[in-house]
Amino acid sequence: MANGSNYSLDFEKPLKELEKRIEEIRIFAEEKQIDMSEEIRRIEEKAKNLREEIYRNLTPWQKVQIARHPKRPTFLEYIDLIFTAFVELHGDRLFRDDPALVGGLAYFDEIPVTIIGQQKGRDTKENIYRNFGMPHPEGYRKAVRLMKQAEKFGRPVITFVDVAGAFPGKEAEERGQGEAVAKAIMEMAALTVPTVVVVTGEGGSGGALAIGTGDRVLMLEHAYYSVISPEGCASILWKDAAEAPRAAEVLHLTAKDLLGFKVIDEIIPEPLGGAHTNPEQTATAIKEALRRNLRELMALDLKELLARRYQKFRAIGRYIEE
Amino acid sequence: MLKDLFRPKQKYVTIRQREEDSGVTPGTPAEQLEKKELPDGLWIKCNQCNQMIYHKDLEKSLKVCPKCQYHFRIGAWERIGYLVDPGTFKELFANICSCDPLEFPDYQVKLNKFKKATGLNEGVVTGTAQIEGIPLALGVMDFGFVGGSMGSAIGERLVRLFEYAYQEDLPVVTFAASGGARMQEGILSLMQMATTCQAINRLAEKAILFISVLTDPTTGGVFASFASQGDINIAEPGALIGFAGARVIQQTTHQTLPPGFQRSEFLLEHGIIDLIVNRKELRSTLARLLRFHQRRKREIS
Repeated sequence: MANGSNYSLDFEKPLKELEKRIEEIRIFAEEKQIDMSEEIRRIEEKAKNLREEIYRNLTPWQKVQIARHPKRPTFLEYIDLIFTAFVELHGDRLFRDDPALVGGLAYFDEIPVTIIGQQKGRDTKENIYRNFGMPHPEGYRKAVRLMKQAEKFGRPVITFVDVAGAFPGKEAEERGQGEAVAKAIMEMAALTVPTVVVVTGEGGSGGALAIGTGDRVLMLEHAYYSVISPEGCASILWKDAAEAPRAAEVLHLTAKDLLGFKVIDEIIPEPLGGAHTNPEQTATAIKEALRRNLRELMALDLKELLARRYQKFRAIGRYIEE
Repeated sequence: MLKDLFRPKQKYVTIRQREEDSGVTPGTPAEQLEKKELPDGLWIKCNQCNQMIYHKDLEKSLKVCPKCQYHFRIGAWERIGYLVDPGTFKELFANICSCDPLEFPDYQVKLNKFKKATGLNEGVVTGTAQIEGIPLALGVMDFGFVGGSMGSAIGERLVRLFEYAYQEDLPVVTFAASGGARMQEGILSLMQMATTCQAINRLAEKAILFISVLTDPTTGGVFASFASQGDINIAEPGALIGFAGARVIQQTTHQTLPPGFQRSEFLLEHGIIDLIVNRKELRSTLARLLRFHQRRKREIS
């Protein structure tokens, strides 16, 4: 997987070509000392329109690709942009510290909060260290430990979800991956402090939901959240992982779909071109949404908070009564 | 057995092994016992020891191989028949059924096919019953219905069962048998993990006992939600229980998986379950555990 700054997605190719042409003309004009600003302005205008056209009409599969973009801001970058005085707290006190899930204390505005999120690597070396952001059971157990700590001190909990899935491995199974995920779901659902979830990239099934049962679930515009990866779904349905684009359609995994199902409460807009093109602007949008939602939640009394949370998840299923 | 020698020569069938696309998330266990009405006088080959078992003997031993103790998979109603005091089971919430909220390819067709094939209208049967005279709320999943995969209807039935138990102060026993979340309902299936877990949380408020029995197979989103969160987790011997499927693990990590990986005995060894109980002793074990919890916290304090 490429991870350089010139990494581009297939559907962005025409756009990248225009940008390349602008650059070429600029160099040419400079060398020959001729004024080509009119020509450049014209192509820039064309590029802008094309970018808008592409990004206003993204298919679900294109969104999945943006959500997985190697340059997409990760949790640690958002921490820098959104919170202050972050102190990372390590370990599950049982087995080890899992670098695929980061957690700790920070201030949001002036409020002390506990923040928890999966952490992908920003280059190959870090990805290997962080297991590509896929936690083992000890990662989820660390999350629970920090949540219970937050509860003890009455701090709100904010989680950032970006995970392909809880790690499928031999050791993960030996240490009870399923149990760890379930326990995290349960404990978070029962926390007696306000909880806000932000799905920033990949919402990969149980590994995402494990830190996803919050009072409010917010989601970035191009993030996805699904019960199974499009590739996994495609290999079951059509025996071919290459059919993933089709699977992404049928799974209804975009933020807009999820808002329709009331699985999420709000879509946070991304800059045109995706979060990675302007992390600061993305962080500002997240910050605004967090502030508004936290303020509402912190005004509720505990009983009301818990009753609403229960009802929120209780109301999600679709079934018929015969 | 000696008496078998004197029986006239019998015809036998091998029960078909299926790896059909049951529509559950990947890594779903392959082997599936197809339960068919077997005509009288047939022999069944054990999946484990390959011995031929006379079908009436197999019935008598609750579908446990009398030679090697292999536990055949059984359906929800068969399970209920083996388990509860005769005539005490009252089904609840059977009117809650799946719809097709995503208009997912072939889902409706699949649902109809499984309804016809199993006589069930969903992958779990919920209700109240008694075991050795002790009343309880009971939910029994059936792997034969779309691989026991949990969609909105199964989730809703279970949550209503847990809420009913909460209201009526009844202990809860569930039998899990599932490949995981039901892919065809997408994110709505995933959310059933959250709702079932929430409802289990509530039972703690009233010190209501929840026993989870894990049967072959219990994997994916069902294991990773209510089914692994019993006050007491029991497994039948040799059941496949885990989060990720062996195939997915091998593809991702290229690890060699040890024999017995993700079987009940493996989980017991790694501290994930409390005990393994042979099907023939499940009824008495459950009764004993239920009895322990009849004197409630409030009465003690």
